[in-house]
Amino acid sequence: MSTSERAQEPKRPEDIEAVPVRRPWRWVAAAIVLVIAASIVRSVATNRNFHWDVVGHYLFDSRVLHGVLATLYLTAIAMVIGTVLGVLLAVMRRSPNPIVSGGSWLYIWFFRGTPLLVQLFFWEFIAALYSTIDIGVPFGPSFIHLHSNSVITLFGAAILGLGLNEGAYMAEIVRAGIISVDEGQTEAAQSLGLSRLQTMRRIVLPQAMRVILPPTGNETISMLKNTSLVSVIGYADLLFEVQQIYGATYQTIPLLIVASIWYLALTSVAYVGQYFLERRFGRGFSRAERATMRARWLGRGGVTAG
Amino acid sequence: MSGPMVKAEGVHKRFGRLEVLKGIDLEVQRGEVMCMLGPSGSGKSTFLRCINHLEKINSGRLSVDGELVGYREAGGKLHELHEKEVARKRAEIGMVFQHFNLFPHMTALENVTLAPTRVLNVSRDEARTRATEVLSRVGLGDKLDTYPVALSGGQQQRVAIARALAMQPKLMLFDEPTSALDPELVGDVLDAIRQLASDGMTMIVVTHEMGFAREVADTAVFMDEGAVVESGSPDQVLVNPRHERTRAFLSKVL
Repeated sequence: MSTSERAQEPKRPEDIEAVPVRRPWRWVAAAIVLVIAASIVRSVATNRNFHWDVVGHYLFDSRVLHGVLATLYLTAIAMVIGTVLGVLLAVMRRSPNPIVSGGSWLYIWFFRGTPLLVQLFFWEFIAALYSTIDIGVPFGPSFIHLHSNSVITLFGAAILGLGLNEGAYMAEIVRAGIISVDEGQTEAAQSLGLSRLQTMRRIVLPQAMRVILPPTGNETISMLKNTSLVSVIGYADLLFEVQQIYGATYQTIPLLIVASIWYLALTSVAYVGQYFLERRFGRGFSRAERATMRARWLGRGGVTAG
Repeated sequence: MSGPMVKAEGVHKRFGRLEVLKGIDLEVQRGEVMCMLGPSGSGKSTFLRCINHLEKINSGRLSVDGELVGYREAGGKLHELHEKEVARKRAEIGMVFQHFNLFPHMTALENVTLAPTRVLNVSRDEARTRATEVLSRVGLGDKLDTYPVALSGGQQQRVAIARALAMQPKLMLFDEPTSALDPELVGDVLDAIRQLASDGMTMIVVTHEMGFAREVADTAVFMDEGAVVESGSPDQVLVNPRHERTRAFLSKVL
């Protein structure tokens, strides 16, 4: 808006052409960082114990790729379960009904208060607690009768463990988002005749997203790595696959590097997704101005319209 | 239907132990513009919020268009209205807030079309046409696709007025609509309200704009400490007040 108005002005006074303040320490600090980085890169590249040839050999091994897919799949499903559950729990937590909000509180208390690894073991050994699963009227007759081990497979245990745990964390993130939306928004929506559900869906949650997204990106990245915990219950994720390989070849370090490279690649993709989501839900919230890289270096007054 | 648009009889409102409204009695006739004045904390805004049931009253009777606010009377007993019925009644009353409360994630047009499409089930095209029309009426026909953040305070408040008008309300409530605005932006908002008054809209306006109140109001009400101190024609209340408290207030604001 401001640029078009400026363009219409008949005569624009000349921009100030001043000699920028010299910032020699910026260059010194940059040089120090560069030297440190270069020495790390050199040592990693020349140390033969890293066995980069082995890393290259296994990077696209079919077992490794299978593990990558399994990790991605697990992360995606666990995050979807976690997010849906999180929204539900967060909304329940704000319910005026004390039983409903108390139930949500209890769930969060339990799943945040016990280690994820322990929860995973519980799901793996669920059959020891409940050998059969009956679906029917509570305290009454049951219609469906299932054996736990056939329903909760290794994959099922991994998904339940990760997803239900994530739900507890997402609930708090979503709740923080909901609280961050000004009460005037709810009042305005209600005075227009919107129902509580419509107000939540159309007005509160879309604005809460701005606050919910950055920590959710964090959670997704944590989840990508936390899926490696399922290797202990024997689910064939990325870490499990490389462990199988080095168990046979004893090339432990290079294969852990292979796994790390893939985890890094996957989290990098998550960054990109987060960037675009944040841009989408940030609409209408800022007339953002940011300094360009060049202006930051040359120390010019340096704010240009973003 | 005849009878007053808003009728309050002995309306009390407490927040905990604090009594904010101590028995309000007043009537707003159809097509009437009532301006409410008084020091902050006198209960003007609370009373306004009671009218569309954003606040529940503790005792007394409050009705809009002949129907009780928030309750139904049957068999000599009051029955609380279901949330859906409350929402349906709110949809018939427009409210404009001091801080605009526009939806920041929606453009001006989306702000105005939301409630007609979601509450009144008006078709998208029709809602768009109607929204464009009301936005043009408040002088913002060229800002349809602008987000609130890129609008001035005065423009935002006019979008808020358009948003309320798009629901074709039978009553408009203004809660200090110009108090959060820079002085030079007040005029455009008052013009929009003035226009509505001349179109015959029934309105209650809580305001500190004395000149505006004298010009537009049919009735002026002065409130202090949760009670109506005096009411009457604007000239009577604002120029020749009978009560000492009114005089003391006016001498401070004028």
